[in-house]
Amino acid sequence: MLAAEPGVTRILTGGTDVMVQMRAGLAAPALVVDVKHLTGLRAITPEAGGYRIGAAVPGAVMGEHAGLRALWPGVVEGVELIGSTQVQGRATMAGNLCNGSPAADAVPGLVAADAVVRIMGVDGARDCPVIDIPAGPGRTTLAKGDIVTSIFLPARPARSGDAYLRFTPRSEMDIAVVSAAVSLTLGADGAVTAARVALGAVAPTVLLVDEAAQAIIGTRLDDAALAALAAACSAACRPIDDKRGTVAFRTQVAGVLARRAASIARDRAHSAGDAA
Amino acid sequence: MPRDNNDTRVFKVVGTRPPRPDGIDKVTGRAMYGADVTAPGMLSAQILRSPHAHARIVAIDTAAAAALPGVKAIVTAADFMAQDDAGLDDILVNCMARDVVLYDGHAVAAVAATTPAIARAALKLIDVTYEALPHVTDVDAAMRPDAPVVQAGRANESVPAGMSPNVTHHCEFGHGDVDAGFAAADVIVERSFTTAATHQGYIEPHACLATFTGEDKADLWCCTQGQYNVRTVCAALMGMEASQLRVTASEIGGGFGGKTTVFIEPVALALSRKAGRPVKIVMSRDEVFRATGPTVSSSIDVRIGMTRDGRITAGEAVLRYSGGAFPCGTVDMGAQSAFAAYDMPAVRTLGWNALTNRPKEAAYRAPGAPMAIYAVESVVDELCQTLALDPLDVRLKNAARKGTLSSYGPTFDDIGLVATLEAAKAHPHYHAPLGPGQGRGLSAGFWFNFGGNTCVSLNINTDGTVGVTEGNPDIGGSRAAISQMAAEELGLPYEKIRTIVADTASLGHNDVTDGSRVTFAVGLATIKAAQDAVAKMCARAAAIWGIDPDAVEWVDGAAQPCGPNAGKFPPMSLAEIAAVSFQTGGPIAGHHEFNADGAGVSFGVHLVDVEVDRETGATKVLRYTVFQDAGKAVHPSYVEGQMQGGAVQGIGWALNEEYIYGEDGRLQNPGFLDYRIPVASDLPNIDTVILEIPNPGHPYGVRGVGETPIVPPLAALSNAVSRAIGLRLNRLPMSPPRILAALSGS
Ligand SMILES: Cc1cc2nc3c(=O)[nH]c(=O)nc-3n(C[C@H](O)[C@H](O)[C@H](O)COP(=O)(O)OP(=O)(O)OC[C@H]3O[C@@H](n4cnc5c(N)ncnc54)[C@H](O)[C@@H]3O)c2cc1C
Repeated sequence: MLAAEPGVTRILTGGTDVMVQMRAGLAAPALVVDVKHLTGLRAITPEAGGYRIGAAVPGAVMGEHAGLRALWPGVVEGVELIGSTQVQGRATMAGNLCNGSPAADAVPGLVAADAVVRIMGVDGARDCPVIDIPAGPGRTTLAKGDIVTSIFLPARPARSGDAYLRFTPRSEMDIAVVSAAVSLTLGADGAVTAARVALGAVAPTVLLVDEAAQAIIGTRLDDAALAALAAACSAACRPIDDKRGTVAFRTQVAGVLARRAASIARDRAHSAGDAA
Repeated sequence: MPRDNNDTRVFKVVGTRPPRPDGIDKVTGRAMYGADVTAPGMLSAQILRSPHAHARIVAIDTAAAAALPGVKAIVTAADFMAQDDAGLDDILVNCMARDVVLYDGHAVAAVAATTPAIARAALKLIDVTYEALPHVTDVDAAMRPDAPVVQAGRANESVPAGMSPNVTHHCEFGHGDVDAGFAAADVIVERSFTTAATHQGYIEPHACLATFTGEDKADLWCCTQGQYNVRTVCAALMGMEASQLRVTASEIGGGFGGKTTVFIEPVALALSRKAGRPVKIVMSRDEVFRATGPTVSSSIDVRIGMTRDGRITAGEAVLRYSGGAFPCGTVDMGAQSAFAAYDMPAVRTLGWNALTNRPKEAAYRAPGAPMAIYAVESVVDELCQTLALDPLDVRLKNAARKGTLSSYGPTFDDIGLVATLEAAKAHPHYHAPLGPGQGRGLSAGFWFNFGGNTCVSLNINTDGTVGVTEGNPDIGGSRAAISQMAAEELGLPYEKIRTIVADTASLGHNDVTDGSRVTFAVGLATIKAAQDAVAKMCARAAAIWGIDPDAVEWVDGAAQPCGPNAGKFPPMSLAEIAAVSFQTGGPIAGHHEFNADGAGVSFGVHLVDVEVDRETGATKVLRYTVFQDAGKAVHPSYVEGQMQGGAVQGIGWALNEEYIYGEDGRLQNPGFLDYRIPVASDLPNIDTVILEIPNPGHPYGVRGVGETPIVPPLAALSNAVSRAIGLRLNRLPMSPPRILAALSGS
């Protein structure tokens, strides 16, 4: 149906972007398909030690899922930053990703988690890493007729933790001027064995900063390692000057947030290890 | 006016906190706001707005839009009569551009159609040919002699020759020998400041419904702070007699000064006259930002001299304001209020207004004062730091008091500044320890307050209840305060009074709800109207008893013979007199109409603690206390609400709020996402301390309280942030990128 419509189409899950864009005259789709009642789209299902999250699961439901919170606290905190209590009852992680905003709050956490998107296309189902979905502001690599059905958050080793931080001038009801997510695993000796670092709102799409991850792998996140992480993040930024922030601001604060997120992720990894 | 032995009077209702009469309707959604009125056969109108900051309108082709089925009327400037009065003509041109668009969002045409969707579709069919003109949006740039000219020939006689044609207005205030004053100073600090234009941020967008019921007879419902002003302006613009235009004010979802003029009402009237049907206009948030009236933007130089022991010897300020694309006198109020808190031997303030390609300024609580006092209070704070003096001691040492020749001319009567400063000094907040990265700032603030034209009727109902009819939209709980004052004067319980806001046909003229005037002036008229009714009730009782009216007094809600010689009769209550009123001469009502004088000036002091994240430039407001002289707080909760609301709006102004214009002169943030007013989680509880230094001009001592609270926050925040980071900031807003840039030395 979506593929056959010649005009502009929109899939709708929570509708917190779609409806707003239509009201503001930014989008005038000829066809809107609400997919949230499709079977399975509203379930969080354990799978292979991780969780498969249906595309229509709203933020509030993720926030109340103790297992998910324990395994991927940074992903959940990114989702929970979206909007207000009212918005949380509707807004989904899939919508956040597919809306294509470089400032989307759920996306850096998903990229740091190396989450995988399951897509139902005209030719059947396929899986795709989250990092490959965004294509630029308001654009994705999804084809017309592609429906995201779920997002898979994998299992992770003991002593792992993740965290997401965003900078907004207001404490809520705001949009990230710059954001950072860090996911890491510690060895028994407390040194970082694996890490992924992602930045939001500093480039046309979310950035996965490998240099930043390399800067902390093998370290115990001492001050020098954290400074190297911050420097690598700042170096990776390709931001713009706009009404929300300057290039200098975004570049500098990206490093600060990554450093702070790494410290939180480390603390979480320690307590995850203690609990295990 | 003499006070009724105010200091000893024991109030029964005034000073208590009864529930507001409009509260339940508002929280249950029953209150009727501007957009809630409908009429049979009503059309919906939409306004086409300029995408250019400045352009000549070469042609407007409305043929295709007019041909769209469902379109019933289209108006452009050609449908309005130019006005002889320059002020009225500016209002008109602001509602509908004539020949030239002067700012991004300026209205160029409007369509009324059977549905909003058709009206929107019709806008897309209107073809406007523009010829772009150079634009200027910055006040300092606009004052340069070679600046793009917004409007030529608008300067008044106060402007010297040779300045940019954008400069429309100049003013000067002060007294004493300023040069001698600076010569006597041990330290002189001179700084320049800028503040961004900010919007009042009321939640309810402008909305109205207009309907012509004959060629020259119309009704208008609208969301406004002053239905009489709307009538005066619209009747003139439409060429109607005032009696034939009845204006009814809806409940109002915030105004703060921004609803003291008209933007859409003349357009709705013109469309309704043309279509012969009722026409409704409801602005979108985008339109509210682009095309209603924000504050002035400003650029200010301040120079102050001080002796080593903290005496101010002289002060000077040059204020450059822009009220957008039309002449604007707001700088007068800035120049008058800048140094009002100080007793100064020598002071001089110079004000300039310059045109820019921005929307026409509208009032915003204490218009013109916050930015002027921000600049002065910042320099005073820097002097205190330089001389290692306590900032409250320095303000106390120099404080204006009774008998002070004010910086703007008059000599002050009883004022509460010293008491307010002393209350701040005695408060635990001032002595609480600060943590690392934290700073404490304070500022004094001032506003003139206003009285103005007021007309009130007070009707005694036969069942012993009372209706008060007044003409000022209630934006801060004034119906409650007015009912309280009527109850106090009549000796009735508060619940027996109902106060309503009448339409323009029901009362004589009432000035707009502005200038913090309503509780003062309408309250005073209500007291007088109640006294009028009391005199009539005493006369009725006297007639029943067969005694002289002078021998009757009003005590605790009843007439009674006064003194042993008057005769022995049991008291007659208001209800008893009202019940027999048809037999004693007919209905009983009290009236009062006057141009109220004697609104006492008001001072406030704000104290704030902040913490600045040096790595991100983010400021967190940790603690905030407002000290203000209310004269007499009629309803203390609503006084506190005014104090808290002003502080919060000022916090937004200081930290994040600003009109951001691009190189193209277009407004980049016409919405609440990027125009950042604070949300609840950004704020600590705002603590309040009400002082009551009675206003000699009111029988209960009331002073207006609505505007002063927005004056001190700008400097209080700036002083707190500057002390927290160890660097002086001189530009508002102090958004995180600006603070971080200052800390990085760039
Ligand atoms: C008041 C408010 C505050 C907000 N605050 C934030 C915030 O703080 N941070 C933030 O990041 N965002 C914020 N948003 C934006 C929005 O809420 C989020 O992006 C949200 O996650 C979108 O999810 P949704 O389910 O509502 O998406 P929808 O509006 O339903 O869809 C969004 C986009 O994704 C597409 N889409 C949706 N589902 C699918 C699917 N299954 N397959 C393929 N394409 C799909 C839609 O076609 C559309 O283009 C806010 C929005 C509002 C109204």
